[in-house]
Parts: sequence; structure tokens; C-alpha cells
Amino acid sequence: MLQIGLGHYLTVAATLFTLGLFGIFLNRKNVIIILMSIELMLLAVNINLVAFSTHLHDLAGQVFAMFVLTVAAAEAAIGLAILVVYHRNRGSIEVEDINMMKG
Amino acid sequence: MEQFSEMLPALPEIILAVSGMVLLMAGVFGPRKRAVGLVTNMTLAAFIVALALIAVVSGGSATAFGDMFITDQFAIFMKVMILAGSFFAVVMSGDYMKNEGIARFEFPILILFATVGMMMMVSANNLLALYLGLELQSLSLYVIAAFHRDSLRSSEAGLKYFVLGALSSGMLLYGMSIIYGYTGALEFDALAAAFGEGASAGVVIGLVFMIAGMAFKVSAVPFHMWTPDVYEGAPTPVTAFFSVAPKIAGFALFLRVMLDPFGALVSEWQTIIVVIAVASMAVGSLAAIAQRNIKRLMAYSSIGHVGFALIGLAAGSLAGVRGVLIYLAIYLVMNIGAFAVILSMRRHGDMLESIDDLAGLSKNNPKMWAVMTAFMLSLAGIPWFAGFFGKFYVFMSAIEVELYTLAILGVLASVISAFYYLRIVKIMYFDEAAEPFDRPAGKSLRVIMWGSAALVTFFIVYPAPLVNSAGVAAAALFAG
Repeated sequence: MLQIGLGHYLTVAATLFTLGLFGIFLNRKNVIIILMSIELMLLAVNINLVAFSTHLHDLAGQVFAMFVLTVAAAEAAIGLAILVVYHRNRGSIEVEDINMMKG
Repeated sequence: MEQFSEMLPALPEIILAVSGMVLLMAGVFGPRKRAVGLVTNMTLAAFIVALALIAVVSGGSATAFGDMFITDQFAIFMKVMILAGSFFAVVMSGDYMKNEGIARFEFPILILFATVGMMMMVSANNLLALYLGLELQSLSLYVIAAFHRDSLRSSEAGLKYFVLGALSSGMLLYGMSIIYGYTGALEFDALAAAFGEGASAGVVIGLVFMIAGMAFKVSAVPFHMWTPDVYEGAPTPVTAFFSVAPKIAGFALFLRVMLDPFGALVSEWQTIIVVIAVASMAVGSLAAIAQRNIKRLMAYSSIGHVGFALIGLAAGSLAGVRGVLIYLAIYLVMNIGAFAVILSMRRHGDMLESIDDLAGLSKNNPKMWAVMTAFMLSLAGIPWFAGFFGKFYVFMSAIEVELYTLAILGVLASVISAFYYLRIVKIMYFDEAAEPFDRPAGKSLRVIMWGSAALVTFFIVYPAPLVNSAGVAAAALFAG
């Protein structure tokens, strides 16, 4: 029987984090996907924190994870608000269209 | 009452946060017509009260909230600069906001909340407190970057800043989680103790992630790509604010984290900081040469200045930190002054942003020409002006710890960057005169311009107060 230990959780978290990172850089379609990638990164951090917290028998990590959840919610709200404002001005949320300023 | 006295070291932040919430109410339920003026003035008053309280509770170091929050001489020095930057950003915004039709009472309140966040960052003594302060600052900044919500450029600046800012927060956070996992501690003291006996590979990975996140916040290369776009797109007073207060707060964070918990690992991070510093100086001085938009030019200029200031951190010594603090204080004055001039560039009611619009300023408005020349020469680091001394102190600290290559590259970058500052002086003096600018409506811009020009020009006469207090502040960082 395979024992699921700290290493597995960290691998999952690292994978999710990398997926989020690539989601931001490789995605050429839609800004919403970028927002989702950001959430993915923050959730990867939460898995890390909770796994370490259980492993170390230390509550601080779980408290940190609660704070991260709260901040992630605020961040999503502000991100969507800015996106709505942008869409109103540009009429599109394609990543390729975000190109007013260059150089 | 005991609980109250425990919170005393954080009193300036508490007062600011509470007044921010009261002002939100005042803005919504208060008199509709006068809301903007009322909230702006109250915000400025809150900044002054906080500044006075910082002066009162100063002296020695004290902690609050179970050691999560620390005030020492270093934090006080940084907070005074941050409050000054925020104060002048709000003062300078008035005319511009009215002219563009975006004078809303939320603007000073968002700056106020960002300032609270920055002050918490500066005083953080725990990774959790650090993260919360950083996010309070960042979330407010995302919104004010997009504050001109009917302007495509402003909303694009906000969107870019948000995406890349959230990415950097994520990296910083991932680094923190790894550090926590390998040490089991979030407190800076406990971390410092844990690193005293050397670092494992995991800690170094976490450290690299954290450096990436913090380099982003101070817009150091290779994490600078947001800076030119955000500086260009955001409303000009917001750009002025971005170029000073958050940068100073980011540096405070960088210095405290690198030298307090990670102080024992200098050998691990010194090379990284050296590379970041050299790359920032190179990009800052080379990329700015091609810019015609003055806000974009100031963005590259600020990237270059971050590189110079990072030299002091790379040195990792007391003299280095003192150099950074002196550099930041001088940079604050120069930038506020330069942006006061940029905000006065208005013809027939339209804001101008191209450096060619400055042509013939020496004939049209010799006074403004004189102050702008002082700022440009100071930013270039020409001796006699204050900017030279900022660079002098950080270069000397690098030489003291035998980072000769870094110091030489710094001087070279400084020479290259002099080109584009001097080009602005040339355009103002030699080029064919355009129509004169409108007279600025209020006195405040002129007062700020003259005040900072005087400080930049006559710093050489009496540098002792700044140099001494920076020395005391730097010593506080090495005491603990």
C-alpha cells in the first residue's frame, strides 16, 4: 500500500504552481485564464503550507493558509473589476489585444 | 488598558487605517459637492498626524502583536520617507485630477490604505505580517493604476500591473512556504537563528523565489517589464506616487528580509543581488535612450536608480545600507520635484508627455527651466547636486567590501545614463521654442518644485542630518 507523505503533497503543489506559471506566460487567448492561473498558484502555496504545517505539527502554517485564502478572494475581486473596466474601454479581453503601450 | 499599551508601537498605522475607514464613510455620506476636497484635506491631515506620532513613539525598538510588528530606527526612517512621498503625491494630484475629470474622493483614500500597507511592510517582523502588508499595498496600487477608468491606457496599465503583481506575490508566497517548511518558523528572529548554522538546498530555493518576488516589487531587472507600461499608462500623479513611495517600501522590505532573517546567508544571495543590480543599471541606462515619452523615460530612469541602490544591498554591510538609505531619500526628493515639473507641462489645458514639448523652456519659463535642469543634473549624478552623493555612498560601500567590478560597472552605467538626462537639458535650452505652457493653477506644484530644487542643490552645504540619521537607521538593522 502506497503511503502518501509530505513528498507527494509537495510534488502536487510544485506541479500546480508550475502549471499556473506557464498558464500566465504561454496563454495567448484570454485574460480570464490568467486570473485562473493566478488562483492556481496561490492554491499551490496553500497546499504547501498545510502539508508543511501537518508535517511539522505547527499551526502557524494553517493560519497562514487562511490568510492567503482571504487575500486571494480580495485579489480576484479586484482583478475582475479591473478586467471589467478594461473590457468597457477596449471591447475585448484577448491577451494579444493588450498592446496599447510598447517599447 | 494593558492591551492598548501593547499596541502602542503600531499607533500611527492604526490611526491611519481607522481614519481611512472613517473617510470612506465621510466620502459616501458627506456633502456630495465638497467630498473630494474634504477627504483630500483630511487625508493630508491624517498623514501629518501619523508623522507626528512616529516622531513621538520613536526611540529604541519596540514590538507589538506578539512580536509580529516591530518599530526601530530603520522602520522610522523608512516610514518618514513613505509618508512624505504619499503626502506630496496627494498634494500634487489635485489640479490634474480636476482637469481630467477624475477628481473622486476614493483616490486619496486608496493612497492612504496603500501607505498603511507600506508602513506594515516596513515594520514586519514575521513572514505573515510581511505578506499582509504587501498585499494591502499592492491591492490598493492596482486600483489606482487603473484610476482613470474611461481611459484605455490607464485601464491597460492597471490590468498589466495586476497580472504581473499577482504573479510576483505568488512567487514570494511560494518562497515563503518553502522557507517555512524547511525551518518551521515564520518569525524573523527564529529564521535568523535557524540559518545561523548554514542553509539547506530547500532554503536556497525558497530564498531565490523570495528575491524574485521582492525584485519585482522594486522593479529590478529581470522583473521590470511592467514598469514602463504602468508608468506610462497610469495618471501622472499616480506615476509620481508609484515612482517613490512603493519603491521605498519595497527597498525597506528587501533590506530587512535580506539582512535580518537571511543575514547569515550573505554568501548565498550576494551574487544574485550583484547580477540584478548590474542588469538593472544596464537596462535603465540603455533602454531610456530611445524613449520620447517623459513618463516612460522616468520609468527606465527609476529602473536604473534601483540598480544603483541595490549596489548598497549587494555590499551587505552597514555602510552599504546607509548608502541605500541616503540614496532613497535623495531619490525621493529628486523624483517628486521632477514629477512636479512634468505635471506642469500643460498647454491649452492638455497634458503633454513628450520630451520634445519641453523645447525652448529656457526662454518661455526660465524659472521652471532652472529647477528642471537641477533635477536632471541631480538624477544624472553630476557632482555638486545631491544625486551625486547618493551614488557616491553606495559606490564607496561596494569598494569597501572589494566588489570592484560592481562599482566600476556602476560608474559606467551612471555615465551612460547621463546622456539622456543631459539630452533633456539640451532640448530645453537649445531647441526651437514651442508655445509656452499654461500657468499652473495652484501654488502647490510651484512650492514643491522650488522646495525640492533647493534641497537637491544645497544638500552639499549641510548633508549631516540625512547622513547621520541614515547611519542610525542602518545601525538599527544590524543591532538585532
